Amino acid sequence: MLKDITLGQFYPAESKIHALDPRVKLVGTLLYVVSLFLFHNLAGFLLATAFLFFLIHMSKVPVSYILRGLKAIFILMVITAIFNVLFTPGTTIVHVWKIRITWEGVRAAVFMFIRLTYLVMGTSLMTLTTTPTRLTDGMESLMAPLEKIHAPVHEVAMMMSIALRFIPLLVDETDKIMKAQMARGADFESGNFWRRAKSMVPILVPLFVSAFRRAGDLALAMEARCYQGGEGRTKMKPLVYGRNDGKAYAVLWIYFAAMILVRIFLNLPHVPLLGH
Amino acid sequence: MSITLKNVSYRYSTGTAEEIEALKNITLTIEDGQFIGLAGHTGSGKSTLIQHLNGLLRPTEGQVLHNGQDIFEKGFDLRTYRTKVGLVFQYPEYQLFETTVLEDACFGPLNQGKTKEEAREMAKRALRSVSVPEELFERSPFELSGGQQRRVAIAGVLAMEPEVLVLDEPTAGLDPCGRTEILDLVKSLQEERKITVVLVSHSMEDIADYVQRLVVMKEGEVFLDDEPKKVFSHFEELEEIGLSAPQVTYLMQDLSAQGFGVPTDCITVEEAKEAILKAVGKC
Ligand SMILES: Nc1ncnc2c1ncn2[C@@H]1O[C@H](COP(=O)(O)OP(=O)(O)OP(=O)(O)O)[C@@H](O)[C@H]1O
Ligand SMILES: [Mg+2]
Repeated sequence: MLKDITLGQFYPAESKIHALDPRVKLVGTLLYVVSLFLFHNLAGFLLATAFLFFLIHMSKVPVSYILRGLKAIFILMVITAIFNVLFTPGTTIVHVWKIRITWEGVRAAVFMFIRLTYLVMGTSLMTLTTTPTRLTDGMESLMAPLEKIHAPVHEVAMMMSIALRFIPLLVDETDKIMKAQMARGADFESGNFWRRAKSMVPILVPLFVSAFRRAGDLALAMEARCYQGGEGRTKMKPLVYGRNDGKAYAVLWIYFAAMILVRIFLNLPHVPLLGH
Repeated sequence: MSITLKNVSYRYSTGTAEEIEALKNITLTIEDGQFIGLAGHTGSGKSTLIQHLNGLLRPTEGQVLHNGQDIFEKGFDLRTYRTKVGLVFQYPEYQLFETTVLEDACFGPLNQGKTKEEAREMAKRALRSVSVPEELFERSPFELSGGQQRRVAIAGVLAMEPEVLVLDEPTAGLDPCGRTEILDLVKSLQEERKITVVLVSHSMEDIADYVQRLVVMKEGEVFLDDEPKKVFSHFEELEEIGLSAPQVTYLMQDLSAQGFGVPTDCITVEEAKEAILKAVGKC
C-alpha cells in the first residue's frame, strides 16, 4: 500500500546511459535544463526533443516510467500555463469581459509547458538511470572544490546518502507497523479529520522510536569502523572516467553549442504549434 | 471457526521489475482447536501466508474463507474479524506506542468497542498471563527490557481474547526460560480456552514439543503437511530445503545405528528418555 512512495526511483537495466559516470549525467542534466531555456523557436524545440528522445531510447527505460514524474507537478504546470495565457500583454486574440487572451500569452504558455515537461523528463531520466549512491558520489565529487572554502561537502553527501538509504527502510517499517496495529483492530480510514489524525499516533510513535534506534545503531556501527569524517577518507569504488564518458561529454557540449547557434542564427517562423 | 485458504497465490510488487511470487496456489484449512506449526526456510513465505489469515494481505488470486464465507466479500466486517484472529508479528515489541504498559495492552480491546473498564480488566488479565509483574503496569513500555517488551506486545494481542492466535516466531531472541514460558502459556490457552493456534518457528525442538500438525513450506508452496512425527521421518528431504529434524531424532538414529534397540521416530526429549530407559533396562 505504501510501496508507491519511492523517491529517486532507480530503473535497473543495462544500457550505455546507466553505465555512464554519474558526474557526466549530473553535468548533462544541468546543461540540458539550461538549454531548455535557450530555445524560442521551432528548430531549437525540435533539437531539444530529438536529443531527449534519443537519450531515452538509449537508456532502455520505458517512456511510461519517465512520464510518471509528470503527475506530481501537473497541477503546477497547468497553473503556470493559465497565468501565462492570461497575463501576458500583446496582440489580443479573444477578449471577453475582463479576460484578455493574447497571442504572446498562448505562445509563452505553450513554451513554458513544453519546458517544464522536458525538464521533469530530463531529470527523471537521470534519477531512473543512476542509483542514489552513485548520484551522491557524483555530487560529492563535483562539489569537492567547495571544500576549499570550508563547505562541509563530504558531510552533506554522507547525510544525503544515509537519508536516501533510510527512505525505503522507513517505508517498509511504516507498512509493518500499520499492519501490526490493524491486527489489533486499529482503524485509519473512518471518522472525521481529528479522529484520523489521532489514529496516526499508534503509527508515528513506533516509527519515530525505530528511526531513532536505527540512527543510534548506525552511528555506533560507523564509529566502530573508525569513521571520522571526510578528512583523508578514500573510496571503495572511486569514480573514474571511462572512454564512453569522454564521448558523452563531447556529445553534450556539441548539443549545447548547437542550441546556442540555433538561438543566434536560425530564426524560423514563430510558434509552429498553432500556425498563423 | 475454521479458516480456509483456497488456491491462494500472492505476488509482491506486481507490475514492477522486481515482482516476486511469494505464495503459489496454496490450499490449506485451519481447523478449530488445532495447534499448528508452520516451518520453512527463510523467505519461504511463512509471514506472507499468515497475513492472509486475518485479511491483512489480499490474495492476488484465490480466496480466504472464514466458516465458508469469503472475507473480502463486500459487507464482511474485516475489522471485527481481525480482532478475532489475533496476529503477533515478528518482533512485536516494535509496535508499542502508548505511555504506559497497561494502556498499550488496552488498545486492542478498546478498538473492539469495549468500555474503558472492561478493556483494563482484559488487559490486566493478559499481562498477568504472560507474567508481566504488576509493578510494571504503569511504567512506560520503552523503559522495559527487550524480553519484557515482547511479553507486553504479546499481551496486547491476547487482551482481545482472539479465537485464533497466530504467532510469528514469538520466541526469537528470548532466553530459554522465556521461550518455554511463552510457549507453555500458548499451549494452555489452546487447551483451556479451546482456541486455535498457528505457530511459526525455526526451532524444530519447539515445534516437536508443542504442535499437533506441522505445515512445512518451500518456496511459496506447501511442501509437507502432517503430524510432526511423520514430517520428521522425512528428515532427509527437510535437510534439502534447509531445515532439520529435532536433535534427539538424530541421536536416536545414531543409537539405533550403533545397535541399541531404540525406536528412531522419537521427536521430543521426553519420548527419547523413555525409549532409551526402556532399551537400557532390557539390556
Ligand atoms: N514487503 C515485501 N515486499 C516485497 N517482497 C517481499 C515483502 N515481504 C516479503 N517479500 C518476499 O516474499 C518472499 C516470502 O517472504 P516471507 O516474509 O513471507 O518469508 P518468511 O518465510 O516469513 O521468512 P523468514 O523466516 O525469514 O521470516 C521472500 O522472497 C521475500 O523476499
Ligand atoms: Mg517471516
